[in-house]
Amino acid sequence: MKRIAILLALAGIFVSQGASAQTLKTVKDRGILNCGSNGTLAGFGLPDAQGKWTGLDVDVCRAVAAAIFNDATKVKFVALTAKDRFTALQSGEVDLLVRNTTWTSSRDTSLGLNFTGVDYYDGQGFLVRKSLKVNSALELGEASVCVQQGTTTELNLADYFRAHNMKLKTVTFATANEAVKAYDAGRCDSYTSDASALYGERLRLANSNDHIVLPEIISKEPLGPAVRHGDDQWFDIVKWVLFAMINAEEAGVTSKNVDEMLKSTNPDVKRLLGTEGSYGEQLGLTKDWAVRIVKLVGNYGEVFDRNVGMGSPLKIERGLNKLWNKGGLQYAPPVR
Amino acid sequence: MSIDLPAGDRPAKVAFYNDPKVRSVAYQVALCIVIGVLVYGAASNAIDNLEKAHIASGFGFWHNTAGFDISQTLISYSNLSTYGRAFWVGLLNTLLVAGLGIVFATILGFVVGIARLSTNFLVSKAATGYVETIRNIPLLLQLLFWYNAVLKALPSLRESIVIPGGIFLNNRGLFLPAPIFKNGFLFVLIAFVIGVVVSVGFSVWARKRQERTGQQAPVFLTTLALVVGLPAIVLVAAGVPLEFAYPEAGRFNITGGLEVVPEFAALLFGLSIYTAAFIAEVVRAGITSVSRGQTEAAYSLGLLPGPTLRLVVVPQAMRVIIPPLTSQYLNLLKNSSLAVAIGYPDLVQVFTGTVLNQTGQALEVVAITMAVYLSISLFTSLAMNIYNSRFALVER
Repeated sequence: MKRIAILLALAGIFVSQGASAQTLKTVKDRGILNCGSNGTLAGFGLPDAQGKWTGLDVDVCRAVAAAIFNDATKVKFVALTAKDRFTALQSGEVDLLVRNTTWTSSRDTSLGLNFTGVDYYDGQGFLVRKSLKVNSALELGEASVCVQQGTTTELNLADYFRAHNMKLKTVTFATANEAVKAYDAGRCDSYTSDASALYGERLRLANSNDHIVLPEIISKEPLGPAVRHGDDQWFDIVKWVLFAMINAEEAGVTSKNVDEMLKSTNPDVKRLLGTEGSYGEQLGLTKDWAVRIVKLVGNYGEVFDRNVGMGSPLKIERGLNKLWNKGGLQYAPPVR
Repeated sequence: MSIDLPAGDRPAKVAFYNDPKVRSVAYQVALCIVIGVLVYGAASNAIDNLEKAHIASGFGFWHNTAGFDISQTLISYSNLSTYGRAFWVGLLNTLLVAGLGIVFATILGFVVGIARLSTNFLVSKAATGYVETIRNIPLLLQLLFWYNAVLKALPSLRESIVIPGGIFLNNRGLFLPAPIFKNGFLFVLIAFVIGVVVSVGFSVWARKRQERTGQQAPVFLTTLALVVGLPAIVLVAAGVPLEFAYPEAGRFNITGGLEVVPEFAALLFGLSIYTAAFIAEVVRAGITSVSRGQTEAAYSLGLLPGPTLRLVVVPQAMRVIIPPLTSQYLNLLKNSSLAVAIGYPDLVQVFTGTVLNQTGQALEVVAITMAVYLSISLFTSLAMNIYNSRFALVER
């Protein structure tokens, strides 16, 4: 199955040109946005029993669709595993990849991708059983650790144990699902992944209260959307959709008050919502692009809260993901 | 061949483009050119597109540091090794599971295939049930079942099953004492080789003598004495140059000693059981293809059922069995790539999994992997064809 998927994706590379320069036009002609998403990670990308996708990454895709079509439902989500995700984007199977993907230099340069920004500042952590009585990742020497394949996690894990002179037994699985299942069955002492994912996975374990996330964060994991190299217009659109969501939060524009805000006299708000200037057209979109995003999907704070924050079962603190003026790292360049 | 015809009656000289020989050659050449152009076009287009998209290409990644760990390595490997080294680790893991799988599947398959033809009701029905159940369930499902069955059934580390002699069994795997060979062990190996060579010679001599005189020699006992007894005597004489590293229970894991990981056990078990069901059917077909008259003739000559099967039926059945058996072996080899589902680090899991993802060089990695599977499969077929030619019916 997986090999077939890879081969099909490879065939895409042979087809001339593909969707290199005209992504916006292709998406508009098709009438739907193809978005590579996780599919198994609560809080970031997960379809529910009715097939409705929810998650922070999913909402970024919806925001792009809202900006283009004025309809946040015109997205086809393609569930990708960590190891197949880049091939799917390279070959044009998806228009953008928003799948809790860490921005690294080699991915940005040698895979033919461009990361457009950071929708979640994360870091790698460890999940262990309480019964092991481990209080720190530094006590995990000689432990077996279950990990998902094709992730920065796999590399950080090896680095961390090497740097601290600890021995390690990794058991590598193709998907997070299988890795977590093996951890739950006792195959490993610990499961490692991005800390945000650990909270989500913990909820799915048989007795979630028997497991804790260790305090150490062993890496920087800036997660963000990625697009193909070579289409600057599309790159700009995806980049500015996320910036618009962050700017909207900063300006206090929410999905509830956006209609009133159209009457605002604040120049920042007027430029963002398109009542002044033509910043949307410059992107190749419409004047009210940001209004569509906020109205149909929400600002960054709303999206965070509903998917991973206090309004969700995960209850993750904003932490690094607070706005820059509230002590966090989320900062968007101004619309002007 | 030339026939002299009177001038004027000679057939008009055929134009070269109407000559069937020239035509057929021309068609072949044209086809080759078309295929060549297509391949060239696809390749140069792919290279162009890769360059345009700024995707790295070439095989330079082979010597880069891999940076990840692998749970089962037959050769020394650490996260500082290269991608090339990771490839060899994966390949050897594939060969290990496929090689052992072929051996177990063949033994089990022959036993079940013959059992299905047994006159004993219980034995034949049990074999039928086995074959029909296993053959009709997808292998991937079976592998997941065995993996989870193995993991769930085994106790945790602290409640390990301890077998006297330093053997531990738990959901992390099976841990055995690892032999450490010291200097004098070479003599034991030499004795073993001598034992094997001499016993092969002895059995050839015994067979020839039996053909000539009808006298039987105790081949089995002699072989046992030579292959097991001789090295044992040398082992004791050399002062037992052998030690064992016993596994020890640590805080999280059992360390030291030989380790058989559950992923390997589940994959080997699943592949062997599954392929054995198909081999059983191949064997049954082969045996039923030998006419009943052969068995009756053997019985009337006074042969017992055992020797009849071994000396008369099976050698003839092998002619029918070997060709489909080869394709079952190839199936097993290729099916071993399902390891990816249960976390066994075979070639596909390590190389087209992690290495492909880390380097992003899908074309190169997939091409190498396909070439490797193709070579192993062709080599297996070649070996089986040579074996087959020894059994094939010699037409007189």
